[in-house]
Amino acid sequence: MAVFNLTINNTDYKVDVDPQMPLLWVIRDFAGLTGTKFGCGIAQCGACTVHLNGDAVRSCSVPVSAIGQQKIVTIEGLSEKGDHPLQKAWEEVDVPQCGYCPSGPIMSAAAFLKDKPQPTDQEIDNLMSGNICRCGTYNRIKKAIHLAAQGGKS
Amino acid sequence: MSTSTINRRHFLKIGITAGGGLILGMEYLASCSPSGSNAPAAMQTLNAFIKIGTDGLVTIMAPNPEIGQGVKTALPMIVAEELDVDWKNVIIEQAALDTDKYTRQVAGGSGSVRSSWDPFRQAGATGRQMLVNAAADKWKVAPNTCTTEAGMVFHKDSGKKISYGDLVEKAATMPVPKDVKLKDPKRFKIIGTRIGNYDTKAIITGKQKYGIDTKREGMLYATIIRPPAFGQTLESFNQDAARKYQGIKDVVTFDNKIAVLGRSTWEVMQAARSIKPVWKDDGTLESTADYKANFNKTLEQLPKESKRKDGNIKKGLAAGTKTFEATFECPFIPHNPMEPMNFFADVKADSVELYGPIQLPDKARNTIAEKFKIPKEKIKVGMTRMGGGFGRRLMTDFVEEAVAVSQLAKAPVNVIWKREDDMGGGFYRPMALYKYKAATDSNGRLIAWHHHSVGVTGNTSREDNFPAGAVPNLQVDTHEYKSPVTTGPWRAPIHNYIAFAEESFLDEIAHGVGKDPVAFRLELLEQAKAQPVGKMDYNPDRYAGVIKKVAQMAGWGQSKPGVFQGISAHFSFQTYVAQVAEVSNVNGQWKINKIYCAVDCGTIINRSGAENQVEGAMIDGLGHAMFGELTLTKGKPDQTNYDRYRLIRMREAPPVEIAFIENNEKPTGLGEPALPPVAAAIGNAIFAATGHRLRSQPFMNSEAVFSVQKQQSEV
Ligand code: FES
Ligand code: FES
Repeated sequence: MAVFNLTINNTDYKVDVDPQMPLLWVIRDFAGLTGTKFGCGIAQCGACTVHLNGDAVRSCSVPVSAIGQQKIVTIEGLSEKGDHPLQKAWEEVDVPQCGYCPSGPIMSAAAFLKDKPQPTDQEIDNLMSGNICRCGTYNRIKKAIHLAAQGGKS
Repeated sequence: MSTSTINRRHFLKIGITAGGGLILGMEYLASCSPSGSNAPAAMQTLNAFIKIGTDGLVTIMAPNPEIGQGVKTALPMIVAEELDVDWKNVIIEQAALDTDKYTRQVAGGSGSVRSSWDPFRQAGATGRQMLVNAAADKWKVAPNTCTTEAGMVFHKDSGKKISYGDLVEKAATMPVPKDVKLKDPKRFKIIGTRIGNYDTKAIITGKQKYGIDTKREGMLYATIIRPPAFGQTLESFNQDAARKYQGIKDVVTFDNKIAVLGRSTWEVMQAARSIKPVWKDDGTLESTADYKANFNKTLEQLPKESKRKDGNIKKGLAAGTKTFEATFECPFIPHNPMEPMNFFADVKADSVELYGPIQLPDKARNTIAEKFKIPKEKIKVGMTRMGGGFGRRLMTDFVEEAVAVSQLAKAPVNVIWKREDDMGGGFYRPMALYKYKAATDSNGRLIAWHHHSVGVTGNTSREDNFPAGAVPNLQVDTHEYKSPVTTGPWRAPIHNYIAFAEESFLDEIAHGVGKDPVAFRLELLEQAKAQPVGKMDYNPDRYAGVIKKVAQMAGWGQSKPGVFQGISAHFSFQTYVAQVAEVSNVNGQWKINKIYCAVDCGTIINRSGAENQVEGAMIDGLGHAMFGELTLTKGKPDQTNYDRYRLIRMREAPPVEIAFIENNEKPTGLGEPALPPVAAAIGNAIFAATGHRLRSQPFMNSEAVFSVQKQQSEV
């Protein structure tokens, strides 16, 4: 049990929890931000992806005690109005089926597009293969990432 | 051919909404019998709701559970089309379970659109006619001189026009018209177009709520420890350590299970780990190898009764100039919805609230009423959008557990399953073994076909499916193998595997008699059309239609250097699907380059949603054929998370090309039918390339063909 001060989407939160509690559960159950999803709990599916100082991490596998001063951004904080190029592309391409996974691939792609603004198919394959979409929307995800990379023009 | 039989009578309920506007509710007593599926027999009342505000906004209720199959968008599109409103003025609301108002609030059997097509069109058209009648009355003109478009009524001769919003209050007082005319499909403006998933905006901003996100005042999170192996029971456990964990509020036990309750998900899961229960069994826990041995033994004899008998199988097989035999092994596979199982229950002294992801809300309510002796009227069921289900959420075990826990703990609870609980929790696609025998005559025509199978389920066949109808001597024999492992419908139940077995076997026969696999199938369908044998649940022309279409798309029979093709076709949920897979060798590994797919599902409602379903089903079918297998060691699942159970990932998903047969037939199933054919298309392409037949899944185990890399570590 320990008290942690966290900054999630520019809002400060104070929680009193086990230092081992994964960030995912702090975000979901204590900060009440449920856009970050639980899929496996063992860093295999990517459903829980958030940004830690701008890098994509699997929040199910980062203990809250490891966060320190790092800024956390979740899907709710990716953009003010839900208009990040990837969010717009997800809408344009009509990617979701069940819609449970998307925050994972969107957060993963948002982080890597900063380093690789014009990824090739193969780079997308490699960078996105840590995100499982059980509904099989992979081709649409790929299309949406290309669309976002091209500034929304297909 | 007809999709399902719908007899109905209907009547309308009209009322003014509190905020002004018309509520149009339409009730149908419908009896509908989807065939070829594990869909529950439906004979319920259907009621579609339309609310029109004085501001012209139209609210359409979505009565069916949304599981990613797109019905929350597609069903209201049907109503909006006939009502003649602009889609941008439509608001969709998910309805709760209400069997007085609605019928078939079901997500399953690929049946939502096909059973709703007629009644939802009627509901929209009746609403439109009432608005027209109201305008005509106001203008003192004949209703048939008025037209509608995008939420307005027009009178051409006088140039008058008025919006629906300005008419609703009057319309609500008009008598309900009978036998309204439906739109000519040529005039469809919404149906057949591409409309984005209604919830996408909420989904991509993290606002969409799923069952797992449910949190209420005073609610406790709960996790349940269940017997780790099928066939075990709880002997004893010590809860002292668990109770000391931070945030833990209670520990309860029921039905050989232990539930830990507390203020957060992780804390209850963590505390549960400190409980080390003692389990016992009767010493007969089975492993995968036991199933295999016992299945083989079972198939040494025929069952007492056949599922289907045409002609004389013995004579047919004996008369063949060539005979064929093949065995196919089908593993258990879990559903693995992306959203792990969960459910909310709040059991109070005089009422129960249930809320969560459920494909059969009515069945859940009935089960709870019966099991917990609670009057049905006291049970309220709300449905959340579901993070997938694939059949798992047709069960009610997870609802029963939530109710038991809430009752014992006297608190509202959300029971959340770890992935390990979800994957290890049963209701799997049944493990099965299939043995086929066939014979051809001197012209290479199929004259005998014997299906003999055993599996952990009641019926491992779809006895009236193709090639039944096309073969003079055909017999289908199945055995049920009793096991403590629970099984259940898994996306396209049974179809998802027999399509692989039968389409592979047909391919083998075609090659064996030196016929082109496409031509061979078309010849069989010709035969079924000219001289049908016994009951046949497909239309040979539509079947042949998709085969011809996909052959043309893929350039079948034209040489593409280094590229090998395989074809497969299957009919399920009244929909015809044919696929051609292309493989080629890249640096010593066989790679799937592309899969072509032709679909005849009648009228397309939402083209974007339809393509998404077809593509998703193909990737799903491919992924499970390649990698899906759950094995057991002494009744205990060996794979319970994604580190050991491999799901298809982006780099393994090939491009697909999809075409729909354009016709005005009634819409048929689409959530499932594109899944079954894909495995055989790949297997047949691999045969074309290597001469090696894939006869068991997952293909990953066939090292001879796929030197696929083992599960990659985290990217
Ligand atoms: S829940 Fe974190 S990677 Fe799956
Ligand atoms: S949309 Fe369902 S898991 Fe990706």
